[in-house]
Amino acid sequence: MTEAGSSTTANKSSEEQLALAKKLVDKLESGHSDEAEEIIAELANKSQVPDSLFEEVGRLTRELHEAINNFVLDDQMAEMVQVDMPNAKERLQYVIETTEKAANDTLSAIEAAMPVSESLKDRSTHLSGQWDKFLHREMEVEDFRLLSQELRDFLEGLTGESHELHNRLNEIMMAQGFQDLTGQVIKKVISLVQDVESRLVHIIRLAGDMHTSQNDEEIRKQKMADEHGPAIPGVTQSEVVSGQDDVDDLLSSLGF
Amino acid sequence: MKILVVDDFSTMRRIVKNLLGDLGFKNIEEADDGNTALPKLQSGNFDFLVTDWNMPGMTGIDLLKAVRADPNLATLPVLMVTAESKREQIIEAAQAGVNGYVVKPFTAGTLEEKITKIFERVNG
Repeated sequence: MTEAGSSTTANKSSEEQLALAKKLVDKLESGHSDEAEEIIAELANKSQVPDSLFEEVGRLTRELHEAINNFVLDDQMAEMVQVDMPNAKERLQYVIETTEKAANDTLSAIEAAMPVSESLKDRSTHLSGQWDKFLHREMEVEDFRLLSQELRDFLEGLTGESHELHNRLNEIMMAQGFQDLTGQVIKKVISLVQDVESRLVHIIRLAGDMHTSQNDEEIRKQKMADEHGPAIPGVTQSEVVSGQDDVDDLLSSLGF
Repeated sequence: MKILVVDDFSTMRRIVKNLLGDLGFKNIEEADDGNTALPKLQSGNFDFLVTDWNMPGMTGIDLLKAVRADPNLATLPVLMVTAESKREQIIEAAQAGVNGYVVKPFTAGTLEEKITKIFERVNG
């Protein structure tokens, strides 16, 4: 069919539709509802959608339906939805709790260290001023005795206070261990998200008639890797020790 | 005393390095997994190895096994500092010949205690 021919057909068909529509309005206005319905049916029949499009839509719908069914029936998918996803939530919960604890430990250590460093600063400033007075011979004997006593007290306390500051700094350093622990857990959640993503892409490919098979070896390796890392309450299935004391007991039972 | 600290997280390497420094050990090198650690150990005259377990590339347990299998490194003291806390893993490490095992999160005191114990045993 030529382009001119097709446009003539289209014009003809739209003229017919217009005529039918006018007739429909007449019938409706005059209350002939049965005849109006016939005209509506006739109008619907005159629509220009080719059968092949219906067939194509039907095929795509069927394939997508099958793909979604397979998606639901897939064992690994089921495990992902029933086990891995809730696990991911608990893993992220662990990240929140661990980072919160690290932040609180850090802040507590800082709050404990601040007054110590403040007091050191104040007393050293005061003593430094007094010492300058002494060097400039602006000090009475009585005041010097007082200064001497203050200096002695200051130096005596200094060992303990610097030890205290050192310990607090150590606590702040140890609290940074959270980055390793949460990093390991976040890496796992990222790999789960990537897994879900690749499965969704797989479904889209199925709908697009581009079959690709799952790489089972990769999935197996993934499962192995999932077992590593910090023990997460409610996630880790294996028997886990409850702390360093447990580790020591276990090792000593092995002759360590 | 030359020490190699192996962990894939640089923050943890810094923490362990600082703690060791606090204990008076200043000659410390770092590696981020077994694959980079093993050549260093083989060519570097190290006296002590502190390693994580779960690392990409070569894991700490495989590094421990490789160390024990190497005649030049077989007696090197090895301390594992790891988040792996499953009983079967601790047993596996013990069977592979680990000298000490510290679970993360740990305290400075625990690390010091384990290191002291290892050297008492090695020297005694």
